[in-house]
Amino acid sequence: MTVNLTLLTVMGALYACGIYLILERSLTRVLLGLMLLANATNLLILATGGYAGLAPFFSKDTDPASYNDPLPQALILTSIVISFAVTAFMLGIIYRTWLLARQDDIQDDIEDRRVAETPSFDAEDDAVIPVETSEFPLPKLGSDGSDSSAAAEPAATVEAGGRTLLAEHAALEEKPGSGNIAAIDNDNAPRAGGAK
Amino acid sequence: MNLASLAPLAVVLPILGAALTFVLIRHSRAQRAVSIALLSLTLLLECLLLASVWNGGTAAVNIGGWVPPWGIVLVVDQFSSLMLVVSSAVSLAVLVYATGQGMADGDQDAPVSIFHPTYLILVAGVSNAFLSGDLFNLYVGFEILLTASYVLMTLGGTGPRIRAGVTYVVVSVVSSVLFLIAIAMVYGATGTINMADLAIKLSELDPGTKTLLHVMLLVAFGIKAAVFPLSFWLPDSYPTAPAPVTAVFAGLLTKVGVYAMVRTETLLFPGDSLNTPLMVVALLTMIVGILGALAQSDIKRLLSFTLVSHIGYMVFGLAMSSVAGLAAAVFYVAHHITIQTSLFLVTGLIERRGGSSSVDRLAGLAKLSPLLALLFFVPAMNLAGIPPFSGFLGKLGLMQAGIGLGTPLAYALVIGGVLTSLLTLLAVARVWNRAFWRKAEDAEHPDPVLLAVPAPEGGATAVRLLPWTMVGSTLGLVVLGVALTVFAGPLFQVADQSAAAMLDRSSYIQAVLGDGTPVPAVALGGGGR
Repeated sequence: MTVNLTLLTVMGALYACGIYLILERSLTRVLLGLMLLANATNLLILATGGYAGLAPFFSKDTDPASYNDPLPQALILTSIVISFAVTAFMLGIIYRTWLLARQDDIQDDIEDRRVAETPSFDAEDDAVIPVETSEFPLPKLGSDGSDSSAAAEPAATVEAGGRTLLAEHAALEEKPGSGNIAAIDNDNAPRAGGAK
Repeated sequence: MNLASLAPLAVVLPILGAALTFVLIRHSRAQRAVSIALLSLTLLLECLLLASVWNGGTAAVNIGGWVPPWGIVLVVDQFSSLMLVVSSAVSLAVLVYATGQGMADGDQDAPVSIFHPTYLILVAGVSNAFLSGDLFNLYVGFEILLTASYVLMTLGGTGPRIRAGVTYVVVSVVSSVLFLIAIAMVYGATGTINMADLAIKLSELDPGTKTLLHVMLLVAFGIKAAVFPLSFWLPDSYPTAPAPVTAVFAGLLTKVGVYAMVRTETLLFPGDSLNTPLMVVALLTMIVGILGALAQSDIKRLLSFTLVSHIGYMVFGLAMSSVAGLAAAVFYVAHHITIQTSLFLVTGLIERRGGSSSVDRLAGLAKLSPLLALLFFVPAMNLAGIPPFSGFLGKLGLMQAGIGLGTPLAYALVIGGVLTSLLTLLAVARVWNRAFWRKAEDAEHPDPVLLAVPAPEGGATAVRLLPWTMVGSTLGLVVLGVALTVFAGPLFQVADQSAAAMLDRSSYIQAVLGDGTPVPAVALGGGGR
């Protein structure tokens, strides 16, 4: 099979430019790159059809080198239509990006960045579980360390040592080093570091 | 035999539906009725097709009466008709879900009534890709479904969707260009693009050319199937689309890529020349994917990573080139389409009920909506491969095939598969513990919906949050997933037969090219060792 050198050279140049352009961050350049790639591929398909200028006749006895294969051109036609639709759609997207963000660049995924910056410590999974040794009603702690029971029922009181105390103060009445105090401290300490 | 000649209708009916719904674009009620009716009809037809080849056999339909090596041919065999039925069932459920969502939100006059025509075109593209017996027609099928998916992905044109859409479109177009280059080179090397004809002519090529064509096709399909080094586009682009769209993409689009890889490996390039690289890639896909899932706090992103990870199982089954492995892969594809879609649909419901899809902000859903908890729990355990669900059966089949193969790499993959299964369990258990199990007060910035007192049964609020059409279609898919477990016996039998037929190739080639066609012997021992 003879191959047209001009077609081959042009095809190579189109591929090179196309690959260079789709590596850019600018959307318009990416689109131009995709168009060049599609056209380079069309030339590649055309090259498989044989040398240009021969008639597309076919019979069992014809020598393959003496006629042109018409099928690749049908394939190219389909591929042109498809790349036309995709190009139109890309232009629409690029225009929409411009309207929304006033920029022509590919934007980063925010959630991706957020996950990447999340510390490996997770309050829910990794925090020390407080050991409840007392049967007195202790303040309920939310996962973020906030005292949610205080907001719900601020007047919760406890009888301790002949006095009436607020519930959250009752825990502090116990000696330092007792189970409750240590547990609450352990629970709070890493959170201060882990919270964003 | 006569039934198979109805195969083109599987493509034509959805396209007809798309045209009709496009005409009815201003009448949303008629649009809904037409699209659901035509999709149900398609599903019925595909069930008939599956029934006609249930006990084996392959049928080919020549489009336009052109004789095969020149004309386009559609091929119905067990694998393709099984894929058709599962994919249509799933897309019908998603369509009902999307319709319910649209009706609940009262978007009768919204500009997104473009959804129905585009969705039906997507279904037509998927059917065309499954049925195609011609490499260029496969490309056209891919393009139909991709172009429809571009529109669905950017539905509404909001900032995040456009951002995700750009990544998705560019990656998909590059993979399509690669596929087209591969087709051009295949045509240049053999002078045909009919897959049955190629199966004969490719075996006459010298090994170097053959490997080049093989690798190019696998890379093009690998991007679409999201196999490890080519998978990074998927978790970035899927989660931002509307819930039903993400669900149908997750279920169908990557599986079309896997289907094309299966056809490439079995029909076009049989033998074990690329089995070792495929196995390594499968292992990396499983492990890297699931590690990514563990780091996520958004349920949709987490599920997207498990999707990538579980593609590894299918590639593993494919890479073994044994009947047992391929059969397990076929079963696993059917299982995974159903389960992954139902999980994404449930996530859509969670987002409606809990106001967020981030596990940090969700809590106490098991108490608020026990039905929702059940709908999540069953497919989640199924995905993780807890016995007796179909996920366990599929993985068990793969492990047995891997141990049967007995090479060190196969053992590594078996261990990797078990590890991935355990890590999947960890990932979904984390979602379960946070979104469903803990108290609402423990969540970070919980949505007011979670803390509010539940409305009485049948109250106006409950109906708006969880419309019965959406819950019903999700329930239908979950039940289908369980049915795959109950009827796993006959299904595995069909999977076994189809795997044997695909590895043998003679029924496919002779159905397309005529009974007397000699089938070239498969050259084994190329590079498998």
